[in-house]
Amino acid sequence: MADDLKSHLISSFEKNVRFDNRGLLDFRNVVIEYSVSKNAEGSARVKVGDTEVVVGVKLMIDKPFPDTPDEGVIMVNTEFLPMANPDFESGPPGIEAIEQARVVDRGIRESKMIDLKKLCIKKGEKVWIVSIDVCTLNDDGNLLDASALGAMAALKSARFPEYENDEINYKTHTAAKLPMKKQPVAVTVYKIGKHFFVDPSKEEEQNIDARLTITTTEDNTICALQKGGDCPLTLDDITKMLDIATKISKELRSKL
Amino acid sequence: MGYAKRTNNRGFDELRKIEAKTGVIKNADGSAYFKIGNTAAYAAVYGPRNLYPKFLQNPSTGILRCSYNMMPFSGTGERVRPGQSRRSREISLVTEKALLPVVDLKEFPNAVVDVFIELIETDAGSRCAGICAASMALADAGISMKDLVVAISVGKVDDKIAVDLDYDEEAYEGGPVSDIPIAIIPSTGEFSLLQMDGEISKEDLIKALSLCKKVVPKLYEIQKKALSEKYTKSD
Repeated sequence: MADDLKSHLISSFEKNVRFDNRGLLDFRNVVIEYSVSKNAEGSARVKVGDTEVVVGVKLMIDKPFPDTPDEGVIMVNTEFLPMANPDFESGPPGIEAIEQARVVDRGIRESKMIDLKKLCIKKGEKVWIVSIDVCTLNDDGNLLDASALGAMAALKSARFPEYENDEINYKTHTAAKLPMKKQPVAVTVYKIGKHFFVDPSKEEEQNIDARLTITTTEDNTICALQKGGDCPLTLDDITKMLDIATKISKELRSKL
Repeated sequence: MGYAKRTNNRGFDELRKIEAKTGVIKNADGSAYFKIGNTAAYAAVYGPRNLYPKFLQNPSTGILRCSYNMMPFSGTGERVRPGQSRRSREISLVTEKALLPVVDLKEFPNAVVDVFIELIETDAGSRCAGICAASMALADAGISMKDLVVAISVGKVDDKIAVDLDYDEEAYEGGPVSDIPIAIIPSTGEFSLLQMDGEISKEDLIKALSLCKKVVPKLYEIQKKALSEKYTKSD
């Protein structure tokens, strides 16, 4: 059954047609809504077609890691809520959710978009912890790119809570934003047969051979990569995929 | 003295602003969004579907399984650690019991109807918002039901009985506070959820429960309107 769907997908890709009439390199409509949860320091809802995620940023104060005593901490967590897909189950994050959280994390961390030194309150004792939680509402494919975009949007909308006499007052937010310098965007390029495409629907996503997630900043610097899927890629494949991702990341960044 | 004026200028029998929608989660068999003040809940229903592990199956009826969860960033204050807590498990249980009297799953032996409730932001009354959303989502999923379930909190803040307490009122320090989340089956007036914490006299409890019955028709209309809107929309 699945093999039938896959060969059907390939033969339709030959004609440059997708089941929902998009071209192979067309993203679905992207809608970003900011500040969707008032208790979070920053939040955003991202819709990519029927795929929908909410991302929230909480700011806390804690001890820094001993090897980086003057730097704040970033944490990314993804919850594949069972609400979003009948195949998702309750319980601790599965391997897919963990991989996704780590890929989103890597893009944010390695791009050095947040000046972690500015998140230090007292060296070795107190730093700001930036906790980014991605919650899925509806999974119609490509949760990864939607989540990375949502994380960016939520970070952009974040405002520090009031902090006085060693206490955080979460009820009052100041006008201070996170010290952000760049806007990394993740684009995953997928491969079925010899065809490359982006932003898969659920059924496309379930039938891929390989995928490559490419996170780039405004100046086209690549700051994170993650290859997935069961088939290997040639250098020629990778070159093509990088070109596609660089182009599409500009489109996505313009939505922020 | 006493609690003369509500923190947000509301009347004592006045609800916060409500927004209700159905069909908000495409993958689900039924879904709803219910927002009251700054408390917002999504509910998604999947099923009737196969129930595993098998020993949970009941050959005489389908079962209802509810799960209440706060998104990690939804709480007032610190981040809520993801995953189930004792609190969320208890709320899941009472939510299930609140909805059970109106659903009929006799036609689906051995199956399960899963209800997932997710809070995106909270400002008190989250279990009630969750139950309101869940009952709409069950109806949206086409589950056979005797009625919807309406849930709201009522309570006494110092010397005044008020409906739909917000977080500031629950945390009021000028006098005793009681918080009573309830769920009512509108057609019969029966209570399917009743909890309380705080302190209240027997007379005031009866008064509070009578007061909340006054606002039930309003909530009921909002739920019914949200359900019919999905099917009357021109698109």
